[in-house]
Amino acid sequence: MKLVVAIIKPFKLDEVKEALRSIGVNGLTTTDVQGFGRQRGHTEVYRGAEYQVDFVPKVKVEVMAHDDQVDQIVDAILKTGRTGKIGDGKIFVMPAEQVFRIRTGERGPDAI
Amino acid sequence: MPKIDTGDTAWMLASAALVMFMTPGLGLFYGGLVRAKNVLATLMQSFVALALVSVLWAVIGYTLAFGPDKGLVIGGLKYLGLHGVGADPAGLAPTIPSSVFMVFQMMFAVITPALITGAFAERMKFSGWLLFLGLWSLVVYSPVAHWVWGGGFLGVGHLGALDFAGGTVVHINAGVAALACAIYLGKRRGFGSEAFRPHNVPLVILGAAILWFGWFGFNAGSALGANGLAGSAFVTTQLATAAAVFGWLIPEWIKHKRATTVGAATGAVAGLVAITPASGFVGPMPAILIGLIAGGVCFFAVNLKSRMGYDDSLDVVGVHMIGGIVGALLTGVFASVAINAAGANGGLGQLGKQAIAVAVTLAYSFVVTMGILKLSDKLVGLRVTVDDEAAGLDLSQHSEVGYNFSERGGHVVHSPVVEATAITRDAAVEPEEVRE
Repeated sequence: MKLVVAIIKPFKLDEVKEALRSIGVNGLTTTDVQGFGRQRGHTEVYRGAEYQVDFVPKVKVEVMAHDDQVDQIVDAILKTGRTGKIGDGKIFVMPAEQVFRIRTGERGPDAI
Repeated sequence: MPKIDTGDTAWMLASAALVMFMTPGLGLFYGGLVRAKNVLATLMQSFVALALVSVLWAVIGYTLAFGPDKGLVIGGLKYLGLHGVGADPAGLAPTIPSSVFMVFQMMFAVITPALITGAFAERMKFSGWLLFLGLWSLVVYSPVAHWVWGGGFLGVGHLGALDFAGGTVVHINAGVAALACAIYLGKRRGFGSEAFRPHNVPLVILGAAILWFGWFGFNAGSALGANGLAGSAFVTTQLATAAAVFGWLIPEWIKHKRATTVGAATGAVAGLVAITPASGFVGPMPAILIGLIAGGVCFFAVNLKSRMGYDDSLDVVGVHMIGGIVGALLTGVFASVAINAAGANGGLGQLGKQAIAVAVTLAYSFVVTMGILKLSDKLVGLRVTVDDEAAGLDLSQHSEVGYNFSERGGHVVHSPVVEATAITRDAAVEPEEVRE
């Protein structure tokens, strides 16, 4: 089992979600996050005072996946999350040790 | 004996209510400009002024400002506790009951010290503010109101400075007191390095709109009747404010490549401030000019702040003191007896009188405000501790939080409901099970 974590542009979330759903992903978790990579932040001006804001708003998408699903999931995110402009984000894939479904107590791949 | 006019009385009651609404509006204007952790404390500083000053005004403030003149400097105690302030006409407003005149003036006394709060935003103790507020209202506001409007040495029949609705009494007075506060209290921690961004710009716009709306009572109400002069002041108020929005936005657009909403709101307030002393003395076209000039001058004044070395957090000096001075002086330029026979014609002589009134107000208010700050600091302390400032004034001064977006955390420690029903945290159950 793997945990796929993608940091994407917020307005891309719906497209990414639909693409994942269409390849059989049954659940995911999103979080509003802020961070920076190569994309620079923006400048805000209030009454003549200029502020550089480094942290850019992004959405973090977390998907638990069976090992054989991972490539498909990554491909889907790469395809739908991409604009080609700087700031499209990152995908991290990491091993997941165990999964439990809280309601039934199931564990392992069945609980995904 | 003059006769009460029902139309005048109705308009003045409405005007008093309009001016009342400005103070919570100001709270929203300032509240949106601070960081989220200080929004309630900032709203509270204005809201509590509405409470404290109203009572003080009735007990003694009104008679100090508008009681029978004593030596051109202060009102006598004839109206102590509103003694004799009832249905009979007021001396200064012969067609409305003196109670109505008193309550209209009360709203001015309320908002003036509330204006100062922008200077020390995000770092003043609530107890310190209360003490300062009470003292300032009686020792600074009442005398200055007396000098200009109550028969004192600056007003009609003496120096003859023109101040229709409070350019000197309200705005220059509060603006220079704000300067004293910013200097005395020192900068916020992190000033100059951290970004003190406004946390809620829509609140700023809402507050500015409420101020604009209420200002019709402030200026047109200062005609003290429902008449042509009130209509004239209403028109000049609208035009100057409208022009001031552009007076601010044009240089901002050129300098920063963007016209901002906070800029539009601030420009509007600058225009309202500047037209205040002039509103009942000038015509519509001079009003547009006054607004344009005030918007531009205040834009540059606020931009100069960073070089001045003090942290006037929400620009009370740049908007109210500078805008007030611009308005007071331009009143001396554009005033016309064709608009108001009780006024004067603009010219060098009148400009000089205006300048004297400005200088006297600046000097008196600054010096006495400093004294009140020192006294209040000694008695209860003015500035919050480092930890309290970091935590935010909402939590440290009021044990509240402005925005509770999350349901997480927090459980009942004490609640009247809990004690009555003896539900403990452990016994708290799902609603479904409660029904069984």
